[in-house]
Amino acid sequence: MQKVRQIIITAVAASLCVGMTTACGSGSGSSDKNADGKVYYLNKKPEHAKYWEKLAKQFQKETGIETKITTSPNYDETLRSEIAKSDAPTMFQVDGPPNLEQWKKYGTDLSDTKGYKELTDSKLALKADDKPVALPFAIDAYGLIYNKSILNKYFKSSWASVKSVSKLNNFEALKTVADEVQKHKDDLGIKGAFTSAGMDDTSGYRFNYHLPSGPLFYEYKDNNWDMNTTVPAVKGTYAPNMKKIWDLYIHDSTVPVSAISGKSMSDATSEFALGEALFLQSGTWSYTDISGQSVEDSDIGVLPIYLDVKGEEEQGLNTVTSNYWVVNSKAPKANQKATKKFIDWLITSDAARTSISQDMGFLTPFKTFSDKKYAPKNPIYTEYTKLKKEGKYDVYGVCAVTPSHQWQKDLGNAMLNYAQGTGDWDAVQKVFSDDWAKEYNLVYKQ
Amino acid sequence: MISMAGKAVKRWWALFALPTFIAFIIGFIVPFLMGVYLSFTRFSTVTDSQWVGLRNYAAVFSDPDFIHALWYTVLFTIVTTVVVNVASFAIAYMLTRGIKGSNLFRSVFFMPNLIGGIVLGYIWLLLLNGVLQTWGKSITFSGTYGFWGMVLLVCWQQIGYMMIIYIAGIQTLPGDLIEAAAVDGANRWQTLSKVIIPLMMPSITVCTFLTVTNGFKMFDQNLALTNGAPSNSSELLALNIYRTFYGRAGFEGIGQAKAVVFFLIVAVIALVQNKITTSREVEA
Repeated sequence: MQKVRQIIITAVAASLCVGMTTACGSGSGSSDKNADGKVYYLNKKPEHAKYWEKLAKQFQKETGIETKITTSPNYDETLRSEIAKSDAPTMFQVDGPPNLEQWKKYGTDLSDTKGYKELTDSKLALKADDKPVALPFAIDAYGLIYNKSILNKYFKSSWASVKSVSKLNNFEALKTVADEVQKHKDDLGIKGAFTSAGMDDTSGYRFNYHLPSGPLFYEYKDNNWDMNTTVPAVKGTYAPNMKKIWDLYIHDSTVPVSAISGKSMSDATSEFALGEALFLQSGTWSYTDISGQSVEDSDIGVLPIYLDVKGEEEQGLNTVTSNYWVVNSKAPKANQKATKKFIDWLITSDAARTSISQDMGFLTPFKTFSDKKYAPKNPIYTEYTKLKKEGKYDVYGVCAVTPSHQWQKDLGNAMLNYAQGTGDWDAVQKVFSDDWAKEYNLVYKQ
Repeated sequence: MISMAGKAVKRWWALFALPTFIAFIIGFIVPFLMGVYLSFTRFSTVTDSQWVGLRNYAAVFSDPDFIHALWYTVLFTIVTTVVVNVASFAIAYMLTRGIKGSNLFRSVFFMPNLIGGIVLGYIWLLLLNGVLQTWGKSITFSGTYGFWGMVLLVCWQQIGYMMIIYIAGIQTLPGDLIEAAAVDGANRWQTLSKVIIPLMMPSITVCTFLTVTNGFKMFDQNLALTNGAPSNSSELLALNIYRTFYGRAGFEGIGQAKAVVFFLIVAVIALVQNKITTSREVEA
C-alpha cells in the first residue's frame, strides 16, 4: 500500500514538473503544421500596432497564410530574446546601417521581391555582402515646424526686421527672427521663440540624432561620401555650424537652459500645440500630437533647419529613413517565402497601401504608392512636397549611418553639458572627430 | 520515535519540494550558470555565442562609467543604510512608547512600501521637478541632484518597512530587564544604548542586511527617476549593467561580466555585514 502511494506521489510531482516545463516551451511545436509557411512580424511602433494587426488578418484571410504581429515597446530587448526562440520572427525591423550590422547574419536577400523592384531608388535598400537585405518602408521629413499665425503677427510688428517668410531663407534671417521674437515674446503673447529643447530620452533624439544630420550631410557632400554608408572617421567640419543653431534653441527658448535636461517631447509638443512658442524642431511623426488643439492645420508651416552654410537658400527639409524590413534568414524556407509574399502584398494591395499611407501616415519609397490617393494627408508632408517642387534639395538623413546609438548618446551628453555650462563645445567637437572613429571600430571591426 | 509530522514529511516531501525545486533550477540555477558562462563569450542571442576568455572582464574594469557607478553605488548604499536605519529605529522607538494613534502612524509610515519602485520613481520625478522648477532646474541637472533625489525616495520608501521590523523587535524585549535598569538608576539614554540596542541586534542585523543589499541592487527607482542622466552620472550599478547589455551592440558579454562582478561584490558585502552584526548579538 505504502509503495503504491509513494509511486502516486512521485508521479504527481513529476507531472507537475512536466506541466511546468511544457508551459514554458509551448508554441514551439506548431511550426511544422503549415506547409504554406507563416509570417511573424515583430513591429517596433506601438502607435501603429492596431493597423498592422488589421492588415495581418486581412492577408491571412486572402491567402490562408498564418500571420502574426507582435509589437513591443522595448523593441531591441524583445528582438534579441524572440530571435533566439524556435518560433522566431520571420520579419523584423532595423533602423539603419549600424543596426543592420548587428543583425546582418539574419538578413535574407530580398532582390527577388516586389518590395525591392518597386523602390523608387534601389540605392535606398541596405545591403549586406552586396545583397539588398533591408527594405525601407517609410520616409520621414523634418525641419523647423512653425506657427504661421505667430509668425505673421511678428512680420506685422513695427520692430520686426524680417518682413516675409520668403526672406526667412538662411540662418542669419532665422537668428534675427528668433532673437527678436524672444525679446518681444510678451508682445506676441508667447513664452519663447523655440519650444523647450528637452534632453530626456523621449525628446533628446531630436538633437543627438536628427540635428547632426545637417552638419554630417554637408561634410559627406563635400567629400563625396556615399550617404548610405558609415565612413570610418569624420572631422566634424560643420559642427561649429550646429553650435550656432543649438545656441538659438537653448537661449531663445520657452524655458531656462538649466531646465532642459528634464524636459520631454510632450512638453515641447504641448508648448507648440498651445501656441506658446513659434518653432518646434520636429517632423511628420509629430503631426498627430500637435493637431486638433489650439493651432489650426492651416497654421502649421515648416522651415528648413538652416546652419549658416553657403547656398543654404536652396536647402529643403531634412529626410530620414529609419524603418527597414528584414526577413529572417534563419527562419524555415517556407516561412521566408510566405514573408516575402506578405511584403509584396503590403505594397501592392489596395487595403495595405491605404492603411500604410492614410492610417499610419507614411510617405513610402515605393513606386506603387505614386497614385494621389496614397499621398499622406499631413501638412508637414504637404510643405515638404511643396519645397521639393520649388527645387529645394533634401538634407539626406545621414544621421541613420552614425556609427552607433552610443555615439548619439555621447553627442547628446556633450551638448547638454555645453548647454548647462558643465562642459564646453570642444567636447561636442570631439564626439565628431574622435568618438566617431572609436565607435566605428567597435561596431564594424570586431 | 519519529513524530507524525516527520512521517508525513518523509512520505510527501517530493510533492511539495520537487516542483518548487525544479522551478528554482529552471528559473535561477540554470540562468545563473548560463550567465556566468556567457560572461566569457561574445554573443547577441543567448544561444549563439563565441568564447573570448577574459576579454569582457578586462573591458569591465577599463570602463570609467562602471567605476563611477561602483563608487556612486557604494556612497549611495552607505548614506541610505545609515539614514534608513537610524530614522526607522527612532520612529519605531517613538511608536512603541504608547503614543495616541500609534497604529495609525504605523500604517501611514508603512504605506509607501505598497507602491512599486517604478511608480514611485515617476511620482517623485514629478514632485522633485515641481520643486526644483522654482530655481529653473530639474532632477537630471547633475549627478548630485539625482543622488539626493534617490536617497530621499528610498528613505521615504524603506523607513516604514524597517520600522515594522524594529517595532516587532522592541515589542519582544523582556520588560524585566528594562525595569531592572530603571531600578539601577540608568537614565533613558543609558537604557537605550546599554540595554535596548544590544538586545535589538538581531533586528538590526536583518535591517542592515536588507538596506545594504537593497541599496546595491537598486534599479527601478533609478531607472524611473533619472535613468542615469545626465551623462550617466546618476547611474547606479544595476542600471549600468542593464544599459551596457542592451544599450550597445556587441556589449552583451561585457554587461554579463559586469553582472558577475556585481554578484560577487554584493555577496561578499552581505556576508561580511552579516558576520559583523551577528557577532554583536547578545542573549538577554
